[in-house]
Amino acid sequence: MGECILKMEHITQQFPGVLALDNVDFELKKGEIHALVGENGAGKSTLMKILTGVNKPNSGKITMNGIAYGQLDIEKSKKLGINMIYQELNLIPQLKIYENIFLGKEPVKNGRINKKEMRIRAGEMIESLGIQMNVEDKITDLTMAYKQMVEIARALLDDPKILIMDEPTGPLTSEEVSVLFRTMRVLKKRGVSIIYISHRLEEIFEVCDICTVFRDGKHIKTVAVDQTDTDELIRLMVGRSLENQYPPRLRSPENAKNILEVKHLTNHKIRDISFVLKEGEILGIGGLVGAGRTETLRAIFGCDPCQGTFCKYGREIRIHSPEDAIKEGIVLATEDRKGQGLLLNLSVSDNIVLPVIKKLKKRLFIDRSSIAKQVQSYIEKLNIKTPSQKQTVSLLSGGNQQKVIVSRWLLAKASIILFDEPTRGIDVGAKFEIYTLMNELKDSGKSIIMVSSDMPELMGMSDRIIVMSEGRITGELTCPEEFSQEDILKKASVS
Amino acid sequence: MKSSNTRKMIYKEYATFIFLFVIVLYFSVFAGGFLTVSNVMNVLRQVSIIGICSVGMMMVILTGGIDLSAGSIIGVTGTLTAYLVVKMDMNLYLAVMIGILTAAFIGIINGIFVTIISVPPLITTLATMTGCRGICYIITGGISIFGFPKNFAVLGQGYLWIIPIPVICMIIFYLIGYILLTKRPYGTYLYSIGGNAEAARLCGINVNRTLIITYLLSGLFAGIAGIVLLSRVNTGPATLGSGYEMDIITSVVLGGVSVSGGEGKLKGVICGVLIMGILSNGLLIMGISEYYQMVVKCFVLLLAVGMDKNVGKVRRKKQKA
Repeated sequence: MGECILKMEHITQQFPGVLALDNVDFELKKGEIHALVGENGAGKSTLMKILTGVNKPNSGKITMNGIAYGQLDIEKSKKLGINMIYQELNLIPQLKIYENIFLGKEPVKNGRINKKEMRIRAGEMIESLGIQMNVEDKITDLTMAYKQMVEIARALLDDPKILIMDEPTGPLTSEEVSVLFRTMRVLKKRGVSIIYISHRLEEIFEVCDICTVFRDGKHIKTVAVDQTDTDELIRLMVGRSLENQYPPRLRSPENAKNILEVKHLTNHKIRDISFVLKEGEILGIGGLVGAGRTETLRAIFGCDPCQGTFCKYGREIRIHSPEDAIKEGIVLATEDRKGQGLLLNLSVSDNIVLPVIKKLKKRLFIDRSSIAKQVQSYIEKLNIKTPSQKQTVSLLSGGNQQKVIVSRWLLAKASIILFDEPTRGIDVGAKFEIYTLMNELKDSGKSIIMVSSDMPELMGMSDRIIVMSEGRITGELTCPEEFSQEDILKKASVS
Repeated sequence: MKSSNTRKMIYKEYATFIFLFVIVLYFSVFAGGFLTVSNVMNVLRQVSIIGICSVGMMMVILTGGIDLSAGSIIGVTGTLTAYLVVKMDMNLYLAVMIGILTAAFIGIINGIFVTIISVPPLITTLATMTGCRGICYIITGGISIFGFPKNFAVLGQGYLWIIPIPVICMIIFYLIGYILLTKRPYGTYLYSIGGNAEAARLCGINVNRTLIITYLLSGLFAGIAGIVLLSRVNTGPATLGSGYEMDIITSVVLGGVSVSGGEGKLKGVICGVLIMGILSNGLLIMGISEYYQMVVKCFVLLLAVGMDKNVGKVRRKKQKA
């Protein structure tokens, strides 16, 4: 690893009411993969916003290439070779892959856009990332994982010196993550420095050289990855040690009845899916991205049309729309919280009561006082951090937003809760709260089907796991003690 | 960060009120006779047709849609009712019923095309707007229908104490709007669909049914406004209500309802309607011709929406290259 290429010193960022960064230092060496960890609100994103020129710090200096800057703007930051890949992707859905990669930087020949060159270079870019994609495909046809690859290719076009990756592996499964890491190592060899922000600590140990921990806007410690372990990192992040990352698994009741039977579910993405869900259990669904796990949940929830039958406690039920599913007590917490789950323009209260608001009436009108009481009880029960019920839900943190969604479905008297990636984008401390919550739900007799790409989470929380590959179920693991990552991966890769 | 968001929200809420207050002040000083009881009633009566329609239009725009056919629905309802009463000697109340039901029916057609056939609202209501105006010409043969029974004029020209009856109608409709938007689940559904229709669907809301009802109501309210207008002018020309949709939409947007949906309050819309009416009235009193009024209204709309979008934005200092 080379010399220091970036030095941020005494950076302070004050927002009205909150000190986001408190005299923070950060150093980056050439060709280094530097992890940046901390809970939500610790200051990681704020520091990155300063580095990319989106925010201006109140004080401090940034030194790069020997020149010190008091602040950067977006243009200057790009000129210095700083490039960021965001959690929320900035792609144009209707355009093709190669068009997106070159968006704003189209090569021009004789006054016309040189599409041939674009296609060739885009193809080379994608190949160097080690994935198969047709650059003529439109972004809308891609799954999250591949969209992310396009985003990375786009960033590489600028030949960056510093690449900032903010939770890049959220929508990726283990296979794709290896591809990503391979690419990162290639970049490292080329001398590119990578700042890697992630909540997935096991990844940090796999690919990063050095790790910096932030907490409450302060730089806590910077330590070489091979000189620390998960426990220490968590302790530094949270300020206390977490005994286990997952709460102890509660035993499912003996002789539990089959609350849900899914038979021969088929649509254009999934084929002949059949399984049972027992009362009071957490059924995990594993598999690679594109295996059909989300599609299975959506079919059960009535979002997408499908053939097949559903039985609840042995009685056949019809689910043709989310309305039908909700009536039967089946609910879905979507993978994409902000895009499909929450009404971002509405308040916490509205978001919680929306599915059942038509039942919360007094005579002809909405019963606001009853709603206020019930919403308040969920805010307290689930410990949702919000200044008030009326707070616009877009202002809450990821973990609290997820709790709003869970409250919604509890209020709707759900008995079967479908979770699609329950802790995506949520920090360590809040994750534990969600897991504990899921256990409490289980304890109170609810049944859960959980799709997760996070192997440890899948194995740590499920009582049983079914594995899917290319639209079919390829295996079932019934013994938690015998869950293994290799086993699941093998079944997930069957074609 | 949070406090600047709050500041922006406060500006949004009160910008329209402040503007209303300012122009009332201005005209009180510079337009003689502006603040008299009779002129105030005048203004209110002038805006009552637009006001009644603005409730339905607000609901449509809240869902992220638009209804360009409002003016033409006023026309169809008016000319159809006129024809039935004058040319076919039908009972007045029956004719009015049929007229209003026709308006509702056109609303349903709008709703079905927008939801089930998936034609964007702009295109659907543009088509209905043109089609219905054509129907007005067909019904009237291009000649104004007149000769209504005496008692018909009471609705549009009568008074309850000193308040014109159209104003009473407008107040009733605003009350209906208030109840629907804040006291019924339907209102919350509108804001949800406007904010994120897919998320609303995943909460079990029947989005198509709600949208069809919304376009139905917009048409229905326009129809009722058409009857009031017919009664006021006492003739049914083919051009009845022509161009009204632009004033209705302008009032609603002026009142803070976002055209992308999911945002806006009824009291803002009431303000918007009043502002439009006061501007016309005040400028007229000051002797400024109607042509200039159109230009003034254009500036007002751009100014109001421009302020709405830009107040609270962080000013970025331009760095010297």
